[in-house]
Amino acid sequence: MNRGPTWFNVTSLVLGFAFLYIPILLLIIYSFNGSRLVTIWGGFSTEWYVALLHDEQLLDAVWVTLRVAALSSLVATVLGTLAAIALTRYGRFTGRSVFSGMTYAPLVMPEVITGLSLLLLFVAIGFERGFWTIMLAHTTFTMCFVAVVVQSRLVTFDRSLEEAALDLGCSPAKTFFIITLPLILPAVISGFMLAFTLSMDDLVIASFTTGPGATTLPMRIYSQVRMGVTPEINAICTVMIGFIAIIVLIASIATKHQETVRRREEQAAAQ
Amino acid sequence: MALPGSRGIGRRLVIAVPFFWLLLLFVVPFLIVLKISLSQDVIAQPPYTPLLDLSQGWAGLKDFFSQLNFDNYGYVLDWNNEFLNAYGSSLIIAGVSTLLLLLVGYPIAYGMARAPRSIQPTLVMMVILPFWTSFLIRVYAWIGILSQDGLLNQALTALGIIDTPLEILNTDLAVYIGIVYSYLPFMVLPLYSALEKMDGTLLEAAEDLGCPPMKAFWLVTFPLSLPGVAAGALLCFIPAVGEFVIPDLLGGSDTLMIGKSLWTEFTVNRSWTASSAVAVLLLIVLVVPIVIYQNIQARQLEAGK
Repeated sequence: MNRGPTWFNVTSLVLGFAFLYIPILLLIIYSFNGSRLVTIWGGFSTEWYVALLHDEQLLDAVWVTLRVAALSSLVATVLGTLAAIALTRYGRFTGRSVFSGMTYAPLVMPEVITGLSLLLLFVAIGFERGFWTIMLAHTTFTMCFVAVVVQSRLVTFDRSLEEAALDLGCSPAKTFFIITLPLILPAVISGFMLAFTLSMDDLVIASFTTGPGATTLPMRIYSQVRMGVTPEINAICTVMIGFIAIIVLIASIATKHQETVRRREEQAAAQ
Repeated sequence: MALPGSRGIGRRLVIAVPFFWLLLLFVVPFLIVLKISLSQDVIAQPPYTPLLDLSQGWAGLKDFFSQLNFDNYGYVLDWNNEFLNAYGSSLIIAGVSTLLLLLVGYPIAYGMARAPRSIQPTLVMMVILPFWTSFLIRVYAWIGILSQDGLLNQALTALGIIDTPLEILNTDLAVYIGIVYSYLPFMVLPLYSALEKMDGTLLEAAEDLGCPPMKAFWLVTFPLSLPGVAAGALLCFIPAVGEFVIPDLLGGSDTLMIGKSLWTEFTVNRSWTASSAVAVLLLIVLVVPIVIYQNIQARQLEAGK
């Protein structure tokens, strides 16, 4: 499908990307606004960033969010990768359709339903709500995203390498760690990053499953937004955007580096 | 690894660990929601009549069934309580938004698929990038743009297009803008992957046989992109029906959406049983699109596309 773009294609791309990026750019620009009013420019200032550093509650929320995101995305990556392997490598086992249903449904499930149902579970079993309940909830919905990302890599890769290792007497577990895992690693890493950002991002599920003492950053931002729009919120948002931009940048450099190394090794092996 | 020796304990663990995790934290919670939707509110902690108590054997089971009642469904399905309006208006808002998303997303995906191969990965990256920034932030950004003294009204007034500021924030229009903006990557990416795989020689053949480009698009390109259209539409429609943040922050007090109603019922009215009934009915409304979506997803992933 490559016949060269027409003026129509170029225009739709330019307008499309303008639509996607302009709101975020405006948000960043207005975080440097000297005026207390968000929409009226009062000169360049970084006072809102200074104010952030003194906001204890906010810093607490950031710390809770990062801990939840780190822990839940690690567990979700392991569980999601296992689910992806079960779905792509084990043929038709009993309960497979239930399994795949449970893996894909959370991807589209409205958050209010997931959040409410998890809360009712935690209450029913008498699990004290707070950090751990948010972490369990986040692990559950993000592992499904990891599973889909890893699965799409597993179905496209060359299985003859795995088969060769097994034929040569390598145990399935060892085959996984020395052959399969290195090959699917980029997908596992992007699954991890996706899980991490989804967890950092989530407001609704965290609000349902939290308890006293565990306020995440989105919950904090939400309650501030409800009270009115201030440049301070723009500043928090800008810091978050910057943080995520750095993670994405590092990850894409790392994947590129890994690809170059692999290509060099392949060339060396061919000679 | 579906190979000799793999029928052992390792294989069972690989299946069992994620399986039971999802069973316990995704399926069982729904059963609890279902049960609580059939319970009565009581002033206690937790605020509903107790769950199944198996330690009492038959008596417990009999208690369990005798306590089921459908009052909550009566309450939710009563026309006086606005829930039915909220279900209807959520379906309409989600449906219209999905159509708008197709109208906005298709030209973008089409442009990406026809761009030079070398820049296509960059374009895909550029569509995904905004998705990495927080959903809440992206919705919040629109408050500053759409409000009465917001940037859009300032720009339009400065250009002399309008005299009095437009009222966009806190209306349904703002909700549409918010949904289209936040869900756009979910629409563009499936469309792009369907269009990008398409065989360009089909269009050349149509052209050689004298088919005008517009007609060729409708006869060849669009039908071939239908799997992408279906995947993108469901990926946007289903979560949009239950959307809470967008109608809450951008919509007005008269914007009815069921996700918002459920939230209010839970946090303001504090009725756990009624909000469970709202959730069960929402799930019943969505079960058909969810099953279709799962089938598309399973087929695509297993075909290795």
